[in-house]
Amino acid sequence: MFDNLTDKLGGIFDRLTARGALSESDIAEAMREVRVALLEADVALSVVKDFIDRVSVAAKGEDVVKSITPGQLVIKIVHDELVAALGATSQGLSLSARPPVGIMMTGLQGSGKTTSTAKLGKYLTAKEKKKVLMASLDVRRPAAQEQLQILGDQALIQTLSIQFGEPPVAIAKRAMKEAKLGGFDVVLLDTAGRLSIDQELMDEAVAIRDAAGPAEILLVADAMTGQDAVNTAEAFHDRLGLTGIMLTRVDGDARGGAALSMRSVTGCPIKMLGTGEGLDELELFHPERIAGRILGMGDVVSLVEKAQETVDEEKAEKLAAKFQKGQFDLDDMADQLKQLKKMGGFGGLMKMLPGVGKVKKALDSQNIDESMLGRQEAMLSSMTPEERKRPALIKASRKKRIAAGSGTTVQEINKLLKQFQSMQTMMKRMKKHAGKGGMPPGGMPPGGLPPGFPPMGGLR
Amino acid sequence: MNEVITEQKRGWLGRLRSGLSKSSGRLAQGVGDIFTKHKLDETSLADLEELLISADLGVNTSAKLAGQLADHRFEKDVTGDTVRQALAGDIAAILSPVAVPLTIKASNRPQVILMVGVNGTGKTTTVGKLAKIYKEQGLKVMLAAADTFRAAAIDQLVQWGTRTGVEIFTDAPGADPAAVAYQALEKARNEGMDLLLIDTAGRLHNKANLMAELQKICRVLTKLDPDAPHDVIMVLDATTGQNAHTQVEMFKQLVDITGLVVTKLDGTAKGGVVVGLADRFGLPIHAIGVGEAAQDLQPFDAGDFASGLLGLDR
Repeated sequence: MFDNLTDKLGGIFDRLTARGALSESDIAEAMREVRVALLEADVALSVVKDFIDRVSVAAKGEDVVKSITPGQLVIKIVHDELVAALGATSQGLSLSARPPVGIMMTGLQGSGKTTSTAKLGKYLTAKEKKKVLMASLDVRRPAAQEQLQILGDQALIQTLSIQFGEPPVAIAKRAMKEAKLGGFDVVLLDTAGRLSIDQELMDEAVAIRDAAGPAEILLVADAMTGQDAVNTAEAFHDRLGLTGIMLTRVDGDARGGAALSMRSVTGCPIKMLGTGEGLDELELFHPERIAGRILGMGDVVSLVEKAQETVDEEKAEKLAAKFQKGQFDLDDMADQLKQLKKMGGFGGLMKMLPGVGKVKKALDSQNIDESMLGRQEAMLSSMTPEERKRPALIKASRKKRIAAGSGTTVQEINKLLKQFQSMQTMMKRMKKHAGKGGMPPGGMPPGGLPPGFPPMGGLR
Repeated sequence: MNEVITEQKRGWLGRLRSGLSKSSGRLAQGVGDIFTKHKLDETSLADLEELLISADLGVNTSAKLAGQLADHRFEKDVTGDTVRQALAGDIAAILSPVAVPLTIKASNRPQVILMVGVNGTGKTTTVGKLAKIYKEQGLKVMLAAADTFRAAAIDQLVQWGTRTGVEIFTDAPGADPAAVAYQALEKARNEGMDLLLIDTAGRLHNKANLMAELQKICRVLTKLDPDAPHDVIMVLDATTGQNAHTQVEMFKQLVDITGLVVTKLDGTAKGGVVVGLADRFGLPIHAIGVGEAAQDLQPFDAGDFASGLLGLDR
């Protein structure tokens, strides 16, 4: 979602870098452009002004003028200020209170509270190993309580039994009580959507907070929101004392200025990002990474971490050993495909790399077919273990059989085998480099990224 | 719809003004501040430009408006009110060409209107409101529930049908939306309807598969009537920021949007994005939503909107 802002700042600083030494008027021009970019990205006016002031002061220091690469220095200053504005460090959920720890979800209608609640429940269960109870306090929207129950069933997270006619405050109390008796670590309280100017409902939210005493009060907000994000965040913070913000629909292409302004205006950290329709698609918010992404430096940290998370360490080691020996068969290729898919396919991978915007647009326009990965997997699965070990066995009649088995064509099989061959060639080259005690230029650590796919180093 | 506005002019103006009061209040106050504190110099103009941006008008439109004020209007000290009047005139000039009401042609029988947009913008509600308006004008209206994805969407539309006494075509949840649209048009033709309003599921504009589904609906409809859908109306949430531009761009590119309806102008959102959209795309804005009741869907009037946005009486 931050791609557009990245493009914008990227363009400005490309120009600065090209010019060499920076004059004060250069800085002023750059700041004008930064200001416009931030405003276009829906960052609130007051936030933009403060930000520009801080950056201008820092940029007009002598270091910039004397610097050999002034453009780089300006980027660094803007980056540091962006990180500061987004919150200097990443802040997770505070779960250290005495269990059961309450987490209250609030926000406008349609911002995505119920889905986010289920996502958070799944996240806490899977990644934090917590025993989670979810309770819907939304007695206004028809079927809202049932919706959370269904999502809970899907994600295998327990939900509080529904008692029709029970008011929200009573539900909150019952949830906390049952969680205590049942030995739950965390209770997620999903509340009804409300306008910040709806006095009655805001009073109700305060009553829920007072009854449940949650450790976290999160505002769930749509990343596409414009300048109004600030008004809403301010109003909710004033009444409820928010502890954090959860940004949804980050899988859209909104520029995400709302994140920066809500954080700046309320002082509340942005804790989580909703990044898709699936219940797994929830990520921790890391200011460093996002600031880097805004500046076109790429979210390399995220990429590496995600790769580490998905790649089975043991397999990676085995693969590394094979690389060293220059052995690489179709089984290994199948493994690599699986790992690539886990990382969100090409699209997911691209989003995390520097220079994203332009490349991604180019990819989008070429309509890169993500389903290709699935087809390739199908082809590999239709081969016998023997064939995967010794691809040379695969001749015309075997190709026909594999094509029929995988619902593909012989041409596609040929394409796959050709791709495999070029991967193998690359392996051999890597072996030579490894022999000299180093990785090939631009190469990733063994098992970190699948080779044979578009060379990532050459994207910029 | 023009009749509706004449009859209810006072009422609708009042509602619009109160609906817009949050945005206009802040904007008007801001304009006043700038021009009682400063002369109309470059700084004031820059501040004005940013103020318009902060009302979601967008960078380009705001620059254009500020530039117009600098060129033609003022040389000496001016009051905030004078500036507001001038601004309202300029904004109205941008909006006038797009203030085009929806027209229903008798020759279309039925005229097919497809409602599209991202999630949660108010498509179903807008369909319901339109049904009521046209039913009251004496047209034979049918609704089609082609949002088979969101669980309660069909029920929601059925309720609107019941409330307005309009016929509705539904299928089971999970049914192919294109099939629903096709069958609904077939039925509407057989029953001699004047108007068929098709409600679709919300979809993010960057999800290729969901956008393809929308294209399929359009394609299938042309098999029964080469001109269908006659109107593809995109519903925009006024709380959306500049992403509204991308939304319109993408939807327009893929399903040939013919007009817009802007909803939720009664919230705290400023709604200025409408000016930027008009400036850039020139798409007709058929109506705006300023409340939850059916009569809160109103034809879009450039002068009233501009005045309302800047807190001026007209």
